[in-house]
Amino acid sequence: MNKNNTSIWTRIRSSALFLPFVCLVLVMAVNIIYDTMNGSNPLTFFIITLRDTTGNGTILYGRIIDILNRGSEAALLALGMTLVVSSSAGTDISVGSVMSVCASFCCMLLAGYGVSSTNDFNVPLVVGILAALILGCVCGAFNGFLVAFLKIQPMVATLILYSAARAVGLLMCNDLIVYIRNDAYGFLGGFCGILPTPIIITAICIVILTLVLKKTALGMYIQSVGINDKASRIAGLNSKMIIWATYVLCGLFAAIAGVVASSRITSADSNNIGLYMELDAILAVALGGNSLGGGKFNLAGSVIGAYTIQAITTTLYNLGVSSAQAPVFKAIIVIIIVAIQAPPVKAFMRKRAAQKQTVREGARA
Amino acid sequence: MDENVVLTARGITMTFPGVKALDNVDLTLRKGEVHALMGENGAGKSTLIKCLTGINDFEAGEIHIEGIEGPVKNHSTADAQNVGISTVYQEVNLCPNLSVAENLFIGREPMTALHMIDRKSYTKRARELMNELGIEVDVTQNLENYSLAVQQMVAIARAVDMECKVLILDEPTSSLDEGEVEKLFTLIRKLKEDGVSIVFVTHFLEQVYAVCDRITVLRNGTFVGEYPIDELPRVKLVAAMMGKDLDDLAAIEKEEIDTAHADMAISARELSHTGTVKPFDLDVYKGEVVGVAGLLGSGRSELARVIYGADRASTGNLKVKDADVNIRQPIDAMNLGMGLLPDDRKAEGIIGELSVRENIILALQAKKGAFKLLSPKEQIEIADRYIDLLQIKTASRDTLVKQLSGGNQQKVILARWLATDPDFLILDEPTRGIDVGTKSEIQKLIVKLAKEGKSVLFISSEIMEMLRTSNRMVIMRDGQKVNELTGELTQEDVMGAIAGGES
Repeated sequence: MNKNNTSIWTRIRSSALFLPFVCLVLVMAVNIIYDTMNGSNPLTFFIITLRDTTGNGTILYGRIIDILNRGSEAALLALGMTLVVSSSAGTDISVGSVMSVCASFCCMLLAGYGVSSTNDFNVPLVVGILAALILGCVCGAFNGFLVAFLKIQPMVATLILYSAARAVGLLMCNDLIVYIRNDAYGFLGGFCGILPTPIIITAICIVILTLVLKKTALGMYIQSVGINDKASRIAGLNSKMIIWATYVLCGLFAAIAGVVASSRITSADSNNIGLYMELDAILAVALGGNSLGGGKFNLAGSVIGAYTIQAITTTLYNLGVSSAQAPVFKAIIVIIIVAIQAPPVKAFMRKRAAQKQTVREGARA
Repeated sequence: MDENVVLTARGITMTFPGVKALDNVDLTLRKGEVHALMGENGAGKSTLIKCLTGINDFEAGEIHIEGIEGPVKNHSTADAQNVGISTVYQEVNLCPNLSVAENLFIGREPMTALHMIDRKSYTKRARELMNELGIEVDVTQNLENYSLAVQQMVAIARAVDMECKVLILDEPTSSLDEGEVEKLFTLIRKLKEDGVSIVFVTHFLEQVYAVCDRITVLRNGTFVGEYPIDELPRVKLVAAMMGKDLDDLAAIEKEEIDTAHADMAISARELSHTGTVKPFDLDVYKGEVVGVAGLLGSGRSELARVIYGADRASTGNLKVKDADVNIRQPIDAMNLGMGLLPDDRKAEGIIGELSVRENIILALQAKKGAFKLLSPKEQIEIADRYIDLLQIKTASRDTLVKQLSGGNQQKVILARWLATDPDFLILDEPTRGIDVGTKSEIQKLIVKLAKEGKSVLFISSEIMEMLRTSNRMVIMRDGQKVNELTGELTQEDVMGAIAGGES
């Protein structure tokens, strides 16, 4: 019985998701301690209630729902970023700007060029959204072309759209913030029944991508190319196309995130949508225990990483830290989390565990 | 400690999870001797070396070094260097984009009074060092401009210059051609005269007899014995390594091919790749094994790469089974039934962080396409079949391939190609770094494939193994196909053809 327990515990501990998960739990623990000290219900963090609101009807309400909702964009970006990191051992730093340009493009099509506020759609909503997604793919294809075919370092290659895309978005919107005052547009960033729509969209994206990676050989191809692209080519993989494809996917997810972000504020604010989001996405991948050196990846880790970042932010606001000071505390927490996962620390923990094990076995004998 | 003894290791024991890698192993090194450390793949040679150099933390046993009181335990390669043990590995661990001089002194640069790097004096010292060792290089040139052999010698020079008593050479010759090996041996003999003790690890038996004084044999992590070189002739050495008498290697029976009536597997005309291989014609028939001989850098690998599309052909055309084909990249060749086992296993063969199973099915999966994933059951079946067939030594099919020994990695790549059931298989140095027993297994496998009607293009540095298996020999020199030899051949015939000249 005891032995069986140990083996399950060891299996859990050696799982790639163990540490990212522990980090998330740590952040939750901080909430519990704070709430307890404050005299409120220790489980406030986990409580989800139904509330009636004037605008959205009956909806689910609670901190976890909030984290899942607000963390949607980072999670979406993290999906694409994970693939890019894996295949090309580099990061796509243009995703925040691509979010912005896709949102601007969508709103420009819906409102018509030069219109700053509209109640009616200029083109059908679906057309606007599809166009934004296609633009995201085009941006990704451009990045991918530079990286895979011209062999430009990913950071440098994506630096182009990082600086240009947001500006192009401003051009599209004629330097205006374009407002779409139509409930249909607000749906993607609003509520679908009792759940926030972004949560549903993100969940669907995660499920689809997971299925695609599981049910096709793409996951293996991407990792194989990321680990050794020369050997992969000799073994018959088209390394360039595979790397290119991951950038296209990354662009697509950035576009989805952009549309969601724009729908939340029912407008295209080129200057602010997706600002610094690329950093959250990269951090999410790292927090998820993925090596930024490419190769093996763990999608679930990245997703947990993205929500951990959001949980930290929400927790800090909950603790009453002002939004101006929050980044400092966020940085401290990130340092701790990343340090826990650093190879030397991991090795140290493993050694200690092994020593304890020997002592325990010695005692038993 | 005996007067002459520089280093003794006694009772070294080391376990990896689930495996006893070394069990009570001894090693005694005397001053100024070249000591061969021999054993099959997985015998524990590398593990023992890593124990000496501080990379592995051994559990039991003691190491004593001349002039140092008490047992020595190294915890890092820097520790090992401090007590006079330097190592040069098979893969040169230097910086190709730095100059030779920089590589020699990196991390221990001579400083000026102002604590700046003293470039003048270190170029001068580098030149002196190279002259002393008789290595002809321009020390200001980048290391990458020199052949692998020179790079290896630079690595040795660097090691020797750090006041080393013991120099460990781990498979130094496996990527060198014969001329380069001879140069390396000259260097080794010189170092020996200077009183350096050298541990020499290699798979080439003849090289052991060319330079070594003494042999220590390991088998399955245990110490078999230490022998002076004259007391252990080749056959006995092989027997000691394998723990049994060797199968008669010559017993391979190859099938004769009637080229007049055989079907064509591939037929190349004026095929070339600018800069590496000049236009050549080559026909390979069904069921035929064609050997490709030549020095390293003679274009023998490149010839294969052009056919396979690893390098795209600059000129010429290729027919596969009598149909014109246009191969733009490896997958095109694979779809025509080809496979290529590349010579650089680390750079172009294994996908280190994927499992043995994934490495084996990779090419087959690539051929089927991304959207027709082999089911887990099929994957396991294929992986297990080849692990069994090629006797790949691995903890499980899901072990990462980088954790396997070199020879077993090679078998995994071989399995990858066999799994695609190719009609035309190119094997570039399939037996490099593989132990004697497995070598003969692979040779037998090649002949068996030919009997099944497949064609094999077999590239190797060991002429004997090609002669044993091939119906025909293609000779390469300076990027050009210079000759084709058929009939009963001897090693001398082939070497003569490689060397050229009007003899």
